[in-house]
Amino acid sequence: MLEKTYTVPTMADMAASGEEPEILFWVGCAGSFDDRYKRVTIAFVRILNHVGIKFAVLGPEEACTGDPARRAGNEFLFQMQAMANIQVLNGYNVKKIVTACPHCFNTLKNEYPELGGTYEVIHHSQFLQGLIDEGRVKVEGGQSFKGRKITFHDSCYLGRANKVYEAPREVLAALDADLVEMKRVRANGLCCGAGGGQYFKEPEPGTKDVNVERVEEALATGADTIAVACPFCMTMMSDGVKNKNREDSVRVYDVSELIAQGQGL
Amino acid sequence: MEIVQQILFTAALVATAWFITGRVRLIAKAIRLGRAENRFDHADERLKTMLLVAFGQKKMFTNLLVGTMHFVIYAGFIIINIEILEIILDGLLGTHRLFAPLITAVYPVLIDVFEVLAFGVLAVCVVFLCRRFIARVSRLQASRHRELQGWPVSDATIILTAEILLMIAFLTWNASDSVLRDRGVGHYGELQGIVPDFLVSQYLKPLFTGFSDTALVAYERAAWWLHILGILAFAVYVTYSKHLHIALGFPNVYFSDLQPKGEMQNMPEITKEVQLALGLPVTTDPDGGQVNDNGEQPAEIGRFGAKDVEDLKWINLMNAYSCTECGRCTAACPANITGKKLSPRKIMMDTRDRLEDIQKGWKANGPDYKDDKSLLGDYITAEELNACTTCQACVNACPININPLDIILQLRRYRVMEESQAPASWNAMFSNIENNMAPWKFSPSDRFNWADQVNS
Repeated sequence: MLEKTYTVPTMADMAASGEEPEILFWVGCAGSFDDRYKRVTIAFVRILNHVGIKFAVLGPEEACTGDPARRAGNEFLFQMQAMANIQVLNGYNVKKIVTACPHCFNTLKNEYPELGGTYEVIHHSQFLQGLIDEGRVKVEGGQSFKGRKITFHDSCYLGRANKVYEAPREVLAALDADLVEMKRVRANGLCCGAGGGQYFKEPEPGTKDVNVERVEEALATGADTIAVACPFCMTMMSDGVKNKNREDSVRVYDVSELIAQGQGL
Repeated sequence: MEIVQQILFTAALVATAWFITGRVRLIAKAIRLGRAENRFDHADERLKTMLLVAFGQKKMFTNLLVGTMHFVIYAGFIIINIEILEIILDGLLGTHRLFAPLITAVYPVLIDVFEVLAFGVLAVCVVFLCRRFIARVSRLQASRHRELQGWPVSDATIILTAEILLMIAFLTWNASDSVLRDRGVGHYGELQGIVPDFLVSQYLKPLFTGFSDTALVAYERAAWWLHILGILAFAVYVTYSKHLHIALGFPNVYFSDLQPKGEMQNMPEITKEVQLALGLPVTTDPDGGQVNDNGEQPAEIGRFGAKDVEDLKWINLMNAYSCTECGRCTAACPANITGKKLSPRKIMMDTRDRLEDIQKGWKANGPDYKDDKSLLGDYITAEELNACTTCQACVNACPININPLDIILQLRRYRVMEESQAPASWNAMFSNIENNMAPWKFSPSDRFNWADQVNS
């Protein structure tokens, strides 16, 4: 078999050679630095390579969107980040952004326009759905999911915040697995507990951790795979599974990782 | 005798109108304490939302059974009010069933519809009391939710009991009236052959067969008066109660947020400072931002974020007055579910309590009086604010589009930007973003290192 080589062009490379990518892949801080979520970034990049999408990343020129600062109440810091990012994005004449982080997605899509940054912003689950619908991504050649039970955890900033409920589910449907739903889903989905800056601090005193409450619900479906579409949900759900001592039998994956597995990438 | 009743009735009507007008003006003044924000845009979308969510009660039907029961009370409230028109005219003019001879064909049908609804309202109110006190639905229990302790539970019980009594008065009034008509007593007999028995109250007639004519007239008058005075008193009571949603629910939905739930409102006054700091040209805010209805910028920039009710937007304050304390927000809140102090319902109740306390201050110490308390600190604590995951489940759950999250975030902004009171780990996160361009302490130059692993 031919050894595949995956490439990750940067906007700077593209600009230097006078090219413009079809999409900018906004990796996000978790996708760049979090060991677990880097694997999601890599899975998505492999899919993009495999399909032959002309994409680029900002690489070292990317910076936090400012979302956690804004939700924690630090509007100054948020706007400093936003303005700097918008200067970079507008400098490269970026039109279309795809990101694997619902928080980046929400901020870039809904909050940057008022500060002068207007782009078409798509979550990677929506982008994958488009590729599957067009027949450009076929789940074949890799691991089979037939008969496996998968449950999907809605991310607040993808679901309630932006009403993206179907795209990740349709991506999972392409796996031909058995999609089982939790009790609280879609608009009623229960948060993983990370949003609003909670990820960056200890929870306030209570009787239980939110991620444990959510993981119990996920485990109750009998699924062996919890699919997520957000880096923070990824950590919270993985920690919850560990808390329940189920990490041997239950795995947490991002939707793009499952597609990449199905394609043997 | 008739004329005395007419005078008393007119007096009761005038007194009610006087009280309600006073209350409406006070509440309007309280809501206007909030910051200006234009919510008169996108009239089509707002109207559509109001028709679906307020008139159609779309979000109540998330739970079909409860939604249907609530719809019965709502429909009963609106439709039975048509009958109030006749009752008021009868009271003013000293007539009895004024419309009956005028619209003989439809009159019995109308009253039949009112009676069926009245019976429905009565039954649902009984079920709702059972849900509170026998089935003990969790979100309605003061033992589980501290914000309900005391007055809120009494308020709910008073409303349901009052509605039950009003419906009993209406139905037994019709029944006693039917018996008087059958017996041909006085003017009651004049409607013999014109007005038949009604659909529900006919079954209550046996209750009155043992009554003498005098006792029956006394009961009929008492029931009539109890019903109408009850409604007038209830109308005044509503302005003090969580039940105010029956009026404010409609404008509250009309003026509710139209943007995606995840979008936090921009602070144009900060945009300007940031642009100056970064050496960028200062742009005027494209969406108007804080520009008020007349297109004027506010004279002075207030504080960053909200410390008290006057720092919030007027719609936040209308939200507080519209809240029915049903607790769907709190039941959906991940923080509350897992035992944290935060309850979105309490945020709304605290905001209203704060407004009511300011009103009390006006009454006692003059119209411009302001005490030294504030919403943040004296009503809502930092622990509650810090527990929020901004998941918007509360916003989604509210049947009338109230947004507790918006208040939480504005209070957080004050805590962080004016008081520098963020939790220590948030300050660390801020400084990481500022210095390392990521919320964690990684070198920005390592940001692209992941790419080295794509082929391994």
